[in-house]
Amino acid sequence: MIELEGLTKRYGEKTAVDRLTFSVRPGVVTGFLGPNGAGKSTTMRMMLGLDSPTSGHVRIDGKRYDQLQEPLNHIGALLEAKSVHGGRTAYNHLLCLAQSNGIPDRRVDAVLDMVGLASVAKKRPKGFSLGMGQRLGIAAALLGDPRIVMFDEPVNGLDPEGIHWVRNLMQQLAAEGRTVFVSSHLMSEMSVTAEHLVVIGQGRLMADTSMADFIAENSRTYVRVRTPEPERLRDALHATGVNAVAADDGSLEVDGQPAARIGDVAAQHRVVLHELSPQNASLEEAFMRLTAESVEYHAHTAAQGQPPGPAPGQSQPPGGDRPTQQWGTGWKEGR
Amino acid sequence: MSTPYAQQPPPSPVPTPPGHAPHPPYTAPPGGGYSSPIPVTRAHLGHALASEWTKIRSVRSTVWTLGIMFMLVVGIGLLTAVGLDSEGDGYIDMPLLAGGLFGLMLGQICVITLGVLVITSEYGTGMIRTTLTACPRRGRVLAAKALVFFLLAFVTTTLACTLTAMIQSSMLGGRTVSPEDPVGEAVRDSIRNGELIATSDEWLDATVGAGLYVALLGLLSLAVGAMLRHSAGAITTMMGAVLLPPILSAFMIGESLEGVRDALLDYSPLNGLATLYGVPMSDEVNASGWPLLGVLAVITAVAVGAAAALINTRDV
Ligand SMILES: Nc1ncnc2c1ncn2[C@@H]1O[C@H](COP(=O)(O)OP(=O)(O)OP(=O)(O)O)[C@@H](O)[C@H]1O
Ligand SMILES: [Mg+2]
Repeated sequence: MIELEGLTKRYGEKTAVDRLTFSVRPGVVTGFLGPNGAGKSTTMRMMLGLDSPTSGHVRIDGKRYDQLQEPLNHIGALLEAKSVHGGRTAYNHLLCLAQSNGIPDRRVDAVLDMVGLASVAKKRPKGFSLGMGQRLGIAAALLGDPRIVMFDEPVNGLDPEGIHWVRNLMQQLAAEGRTVFVSSHLMSEMSVTAEHLVVIGQGRLMADTSMADFIAENSRTYVRVRTPEPERLRDALHATGVNAVAADDGSLEVDGQPAARIGDVAAQHRVVLHELSPQNASLEEAFMRLTAESVEYHAHTAAQGQPPGPAPGQSQPPGGDRPTQQWGTGWKEGR
Repeated sequence: MSTPYAQQPPPSPVPTPPGHAPHPPYTAPPGGGYSSPIPVTRAHLGHALASEWTKIRSVRSTVWTLGIMFMLVVGIGLLTAVGLDSEGDGYIDMPLLAGGLFGLMLGQICVITLGVLVITSEYGTGMIRTTLTACPRRGRVLAAKALVFFLLAFVTTTLACTLTAMIQSSMLGGRTVSPEDPVGEAVRDSIRNGELIATSDEWLDATVGAGLYVALLGLLSLAVGAMLRHSAGAITTMMGAVLLPPILSAFMIGESLEGVRDALLDYSPLNGLATLYGVPMSDEVNASGWPLLGVLAVITAVAVGAAAALINTRDV
């Protein structure tokens, strides 16, 4: 169990983490989502007592991090950057960590085995690939068989097989009753791993919700229709009380109707259809919409490349107060 | 919320290490969640010391710096002895064991480098974050690092110095000094029955004294490294502290600067070492090296204290 209360971190003028209050519960994978620079890593460093908060606090199983007697047994963390001395062999790296917490040596071999690094135990991480480095970090996190595991972007640099492995590992750890807290900026990744979701943008809490609720509220289903006679079809649909909206690419989008019904109407009016396909708006889009106004580093692309939602820069006057009504505020109220 | 806590007892933990006793029946810790079958030990300084010992012995920089130090001290000591031996009897102005000084003047740079690297390499690689999550008592980490490094540096330097002193003594000892031979002021006390010998004080100074001095200098480097958190910066700072005073004093010409010049020479780290070998850079030929060693110890203690205070307040 991790509890944050009013956690705030300022670097000079910049507020990296802004009054975060939420808790991470055992037994489920909690995804920690936010765009680049949202403050995920900073929050995690404060949870681990590495950075001290400007205000607010974090409690790990009810205690401050530095009050933990055997920290590795409470919490294991994979940090953002490879936090490993490149010249010390994988085995010795894990051994020195184990020794500092009085963990028996045989546990080192066990975790090396578990992450599949047993064959390179005597090699220096300097020569490790990105994926091997991540595995070594995960081995270190599991060393103390901790009740809480915290992974900062664990799938970074992993191949599909590695991603699959991390995914299963996290779910297994959660199924064992552990608290699993994992950050990512990929909604799609989280939607298959996490059961609970905490979204931040520019350091502020945007959503704290279960994945199922997030999907239910954000996955818009609609039917896309393509036809050489869009006007005729639109009128025909309109006559039956169905609203079709013209999309940018010339297709029609129909909300809340089964595809069959639209096909029937088209057939009745002898309108030729080139496409009739049910669509799901991606969760990625929902996530982008949620954090759109808080995204810090925008690529300068044409307007059509922007996610739906208020254009950044418009909704937030430079240096001004944050908008009172935000995407995501409804999440918290809805609970 | 819709997501329930895991209510069933968890399956056995991910691995079952060979030879591991079946774990005790699961008891839910307060607040629910997972409980590990691995025996939990309260971590203390002993654990931190074991950890730091593993760290220092498992990187190449330790082997390199201490190996080179050893070779410099013993090698140059041997060359010095050979050179002095070939001069034969005659004018003697150097105590018997003083030949060990030159190698150690270079060798101490290796110890300084290692002292800095022990801490700055952790900042450079990001390892410090891993270290501090495993042991959030930062003072304990620093103390363990300091202790392990200091003991290692002291033992290896003292060994190298002792070996060198034995070489000097066996090759140069027993040179006869007849009463009419001119003898330097520095060695007047070391002539017994017309032979040049090393007194037990000289032995102590040239072995344990020198080892202690260099190990303290290394510990000071570690503290400076902990404060600056940057390898090159800290090594440069320490080099400056060791080499600059004698160089600066060479520029202090004139009566008015005489006080400054003398102070620079008297308190320069090189002079501390030279005094231990009985060949001080200042005019006080018979000065003891131990007061300077005490000064270094005080400075080092202050620096380590400052480093401990800083490490506790800064983000990593
Ligand atoms: N030590 C620091 N000094 C100054 N600013 C910092 C520092 N660390 C982080 N920041 C700033 O705080 C903000 C949050 O950074 P953080 O690394 O926590 O984001 P993140 O959510 O992990 O992003 P990413 O997805 O890119 O990893 C950024 O704007 C960053 O520039
Ligand atoms: Mg990050």
